[in-house]
Amino acid sequence: MTHLSRRSFSGLFATAAISTIVAPHVASGQTRPRLVIVGGGFGGASASRYARLAFPGVDVTLIEPRTSFITCPYGNLVLAGARTIGNITHSYDGLKGLGVNVVHDWVDAIDAVAKTLRLRGGATVGYDKLILSPGIAIRWGALNGYDEAASEVFPHAWIPGNGEQTTLLRRQLEAMPDGGVVGISIPGNPFRCPPGPYERISMIASYLKKHKPRAKILALDAKEAFSKQALFIDGWNELYPGLIEWVPSNKDGRVVHVDPREKVLETEFGTKHKVDVANVIPPQSAARIAIDAGLANDTGWVPVNPLTFEAARAQHIHVIGDANIGQPMPKSGYIANSTSKQAVAAAVALLQGREPPASPVYFNTCYSHVGDEYGISVVGVFRPGSNGFVETPNSGGVSPRGPLAERREQRRLEALHADAWYASIVKDAFG
Amino acid sequence: MLGRLSFLAAVTMATLAPAHADPSRPAPLIAQSCAGCHGQNGAGQGSSPPIAGTAKQDFVQIWSAFRANERPATIMNRIARGYTDEEVSALADYFASLR
Repeated sequence: MTHLSRRSFSGLFATAAISTIVAPHVASGQTRPRLVIVGGGFGGASASRYARLAFPGVDVTLIEPRTSFITCPYGNLVLAGARTIGNITHSYDGLKGLGVNVVHDWVDAIDAVAKTLRLRGGATVGYDKLILSPGIAIRWGALNGYDEAASEVFPHAWIPGNGEQTTLLRRQLEAMPDGGVVGISIPGNPFRCPPGPYERISMIASYLKKHKPRAKILALDAKEAFSKQALFIDGWNELYPGLIEWVPSNKDGRVVHVDPREKVLETEFGTKHKVDVANVIPPQSAARIAIDAGLANDTGWVPVNPLTFEAARAQHIHVIGDANIGQPMPKSGYIANSTSKQAVAAAVALLQGREPPASPVYFNTCYSHVGDEYGISVVGVFRPGSNGFVETPNSGGVSPRGPLAERREQRRLEALHADAWYASIVKDAFG
Repeated sequence: MLGRLSFLAAVTMATLAPAHADPSRPAPLIAQSCAGCHGQNGAGQGSSPPIAGTAKQDFVQIWSAFRANERPATIMNRIARGYTDEEVSALADYFASLR
């Protein structure tokens, strides 16, 4: 035991001594408050690392079924052939080395009254505060014809899991004949990573232009507008003229039925688009554990207090990352990272009978790769408001538009900064 | 009794509240998001320049120039406009404290 942790330990006896007066929910006789974090993505990993570094007197347990994490960010570069799955896979060894108790298991149930979790392996884990960062679930069947079996033919590649979905889509693109059509079905809002589908279109186009120049992308969208739209469309016109057709919902772009056997995507007005490869980005909700625990409302996402991230429907459970209702904040890894720290600090403060940190700032930058040495970004600075989250006026926004001849250096630097962001935020989350 | 309680609360606070200004300790919350691009403790990462050790006056001046579009920027101009003077001052204090 280090000097620091011994000092922390004796400090916590003081905590226990006053707990019956200022913090009656800390069980008497318990020496260290227990912070349990569920879900080891950007939100949960960042929460674990920050909690371990900032609050040495608190026990930090991370429960995550997988033994390594494959990021969504840069997954589209795997599709382009510019990265491998190995490049975007990260272990939990850094967190373990810091003293996070990492448990590889599924959480099957949350008892918010007893403050316990039931793990699939049979164990019961008690918590004083729970940080829930479970990510998303695919709403199987919400898009007619799209079930788990269909995803083996038309991959979603939207929840990396063990990497199989992304690898499958990459293999299909490689096997497709030149002149083939890649269909992409894009859902309505809200969904994980708002610019993600459009970076994906760009990265697939970059691969096709180099290896199958007669192929086409047919992007069928349930929306009329999307993140960084003008910048993406400028980039597509500059880099991939004639390769990409994007069809908005008001031009019959909304896919309502998929048929993997016939390789057909059918849109609202009955148009049947025959494709060679299809990537179906399906409708989503908060992950199942959040729904099963009764934390989500009828939107399928979890309402939270914007200062503490405590769930509106359960005390002592703070829900961060893509699972919560955070708009106008995007469902992004950076927002999960940024908000995780306030959630942890707020949870620990409440545990100690203190006020949560006041006036937090939640920060997001999402870079997208449009082509080689061609990056664009959107910046958002957010704060808690009287009813949810508020974007700070006159701040943030997207990269400047303009012809590539005038913007080449901006686009080149943003692609470089995207790489720096990836390395930096992975370090901040996983150590 | 009250005095004893205050003392215990102070001990608890000292143990559980995050400490600043020591590179081995986490940044204050306001500066946490900088680590998404600029590396740990403002050390820099790839094309994102180091910001640790910047004198407070310089930090504030550079920030103001970004905010006013008076300094070449790819994204810091858009970021700079999202923070108040008070927040920039806190960021400047923290990064100046890292040597």
